[in-house]
Amino acid sequence: MKINAENMSFRELNEKIRASRGRRVEIENMLGQRYTGSGCTGKDIHISGIPGNALGAYLTGCDITVYGNAQDAVGDAMNDGTITIHGNVGDAAGYGMRDGKILVKGSAGYRAGIHMKEYMEKKPLMVIGGKTGDFLAEYQAGGRIIVLGIGYEKQCPVGDFCCTGMHGGVMYIRTEHAPELPAQVLCEDADKADIKAIKADVELFAKKFGYDAEELLNAHFYKLTPNTSNPYRRLYVNN
Amino acid sequence: MPVNYFPAEFEVLRNYDKCISCRACERQCANEVHYYDADFGKMLAHENQCVDCQRCVCICPTGALKIRPNENSFRKSANYTQPLMTEAYRQAGTGSVLLSSMGTPKDYPVYWDKILLNASQVTNPPIDPLREPMETRVFLGKKPTQMKFDKNGELDTTLEPSLTLNVPIMFSAMSYGSISKNAHESLARAAEGLGTFYNTGEGGLHKDFYKYGANTIVQVASGRFGVHKDYLNAGAAIEIKMGQGAKPGIGGHLPGEKIKEDVAHTRMIPRGTDAISPAPHHDIYSIEDLRQLIFSVKEATEYKKPVIVKIAAVHNVAAIASGVARSGADIIAIDGFRGGTGAAPTRIRDNVGIPIELALAAVDGRLRHEGIRNEVSIVAAGSIRCSSDAVKAIALGADAVYIATPALLAMGCHLCRSCHTGKCNWGIATQNPELVKRLNPDIAYKRLVNLVTAWNHEIQEIMGGMGINSIEALRGNRLMLRGIGLTEKELQILGILHAGE
Repeated sequence: MKINAENMSFRELNEKIRASRGRRVEIENMLGQRYTGSGCTGKDIHISGIPGNALGAYLTGCDITVYGNAQDAVGDAMNDGTITIHGNVGDAAGYGMRDGKILVKGSAGYRAGIHMKEYMEKKPLMVIGGKTGDFLAEYQAGGRIIVLGIGYEKQCPVGDFCCTGMHGGVMYIRTEHAPELPAQVLCEDADKADIKAIKADVELFAKKFGYDAEELLNAHFYKLTPNTSNPYRRLYVNN
Repeated sequence: MPVNYFPAEFEVLRNYDKCISCRACERQCANEVHYYDADFGKMLAHENQCVDCQRCVCICPTGALKIRPNENSFRKSANYTQPLMTEAYRQAGTGSVLLSSMGTPKDYPVYWDKILLNASQVTNPPIDPLREPMETRVFLGKKPTQMKFDKNGELDTTLEPSLTLNVPIMFSAMSYGSISKNAHESLARAAEGLGTFYNTGEGGLHKDFYKYGANTIVQVASGRFGVHKDYLNAGAAIEIKMGQGAKPGIGGHLPGEKIKEDVAHTRMIPRGTDAISPAPHHDIYSIEDLRQLIFSVKEATEYKKPVIVKIAAVHNVAAIASGVARSGADIIAIDGFRGGTGAAPTRIRDNVGIPIELALAAVDGRLRHEGIRNEVSIVAAGSIRCSSDAVKAIALGADAVYIATPALLAMGCHLCRSCHTGKCNWGIATQNPELVKRLNPDIAYKRLVNLVTAWNHEIQEIMGGMGINSIEALRGNRLMLRGIGLTEKELQILGILHAGE
């Protein structure tokens, strides 16, 4: 089904998506309509133009592809499905996401992957091709975040205050330049086993956006994990 | 010899003439206070572990026990009080932040106790609620501001989604994790029995309780625990928690020890990991951002459910509430600083925020002044202790009230303020299976129903005395209130006259 979103309100657009019979939905002339695919299930949504904020919030098993840039709060608290962005993404992408994948060809704004979490077989993934703004993965509690830094090889591709409050999950950064990190985060050189662990993720990214996975993987990665000595336990005394 | 800088807070007084050494107190105390000493042939106590939860006193078959404050006292000072000195010793020993539970015990003014209610005499006679109908049903949500007609001239009767409460009282948010499964079950069944609502708090909704969805408010907080599409659609309303009265401006931290299998499953986080709720929602930095979250949950639930935004009562609460009312929220819950909590840093709990009475009056006044009072309903929370507090809150402008501490009391809580230790001997604020099974939901839910039913009778009687037969006519009816012993400024903020005026 094709939808021309020109001059259409977000509410009408979402109603049309929900009401569509088939799995595939193509949206053209999108211009900032918010909440597209919010809580949506079982659709394959293709977007030309620029979707507005909160694209794919609470997404439950939908695929969304954006042939351009996306704005803020992409995949807020999403549970399943894949969001593919053939451009850059705004702030607060993947906030509190629990499962599913967010793949961004370009860069992400501030506060990406905050409070990403995991539970049993639910393990979310976010791959950013370029760089990210400050506060990446604050409070990370689970899942995998991979920053490839393509085109930013001469600098650290993540901003300041990366991983503040991280207490679970893992992050990989493809760079020679380690970020400044809080004492509660462990930063190691990724070894062969680590590279193997992210091989499928990077291959997926490369396939979606036309890169050579071998080439991307044949570089230095840092692996960031929470320091096992829990930084929060000793914070309080009973009163 | 190690020095103990501060003595036990409580004394365990055991009447050995009555004590039969049955050791029931020993078995009942998760703090391991009581023990049997074979050499002495009698029960003794580790008094420094006692939290004064009164469980042993209530369970002792011979009435042999009393717990009372330790009479030992540091040298008296009105400035450096014994609690302040003790807290300094605790922190000097650990280097840690003081952590407390439940509402502040400090002696701040309670305005409910300085407000008196009116009654009819001679003219506009009182109404007997036993003889005449007395409406306490409340509808929460946006109210239409004008009549609309369709093309054929027919009145448009579609309304925004709302909640229908048979009593103007709901159970406020307490998460599964901070309180036990049996406590949640009791609240859910009581809400169903009363025709009102309980609130999941931010810990998700246990799979066994989806069946109470019609009486459930599901909460979305900064940690987004257990939030997914089915959860959002499970409840009758969705509450976005921006703040909590007991700890405005900070997040939550449920320690890993409380994250047992079932709690982990409900929150959807691994067992034994800390559940940390960040202080802010990291996607909300403005009213516009709040509007975005409200509409994203509305889209996910197809505009079928009202959205509540819960804010803590802080200095600028009226301006904040005005923003919230314009953000698309259907209901605003305002939580005063004397409200309870499962765990909060002591200094925050005891010093941050303002009383609900002043916040409520300020918000209601502001929204009326701006002509947007009908855009939202107001729920007052944060130490509504009894039915007369509820009546005063409604007369100050609330549509309904949230209660939590009285609900805990109904289930047996004795306000020992030790929820954060996870060793609740009453089976409420614990995940220890041995302790949890002490709370029987079959009994506890009836006690909750009894409490609220009794309050509702009292509300009807008070309303009847005023000559009012509908809660709608009480809402914002400040003429029914008079202050006693309040300053001009306090009366001005509350928008009420002094007694005698």
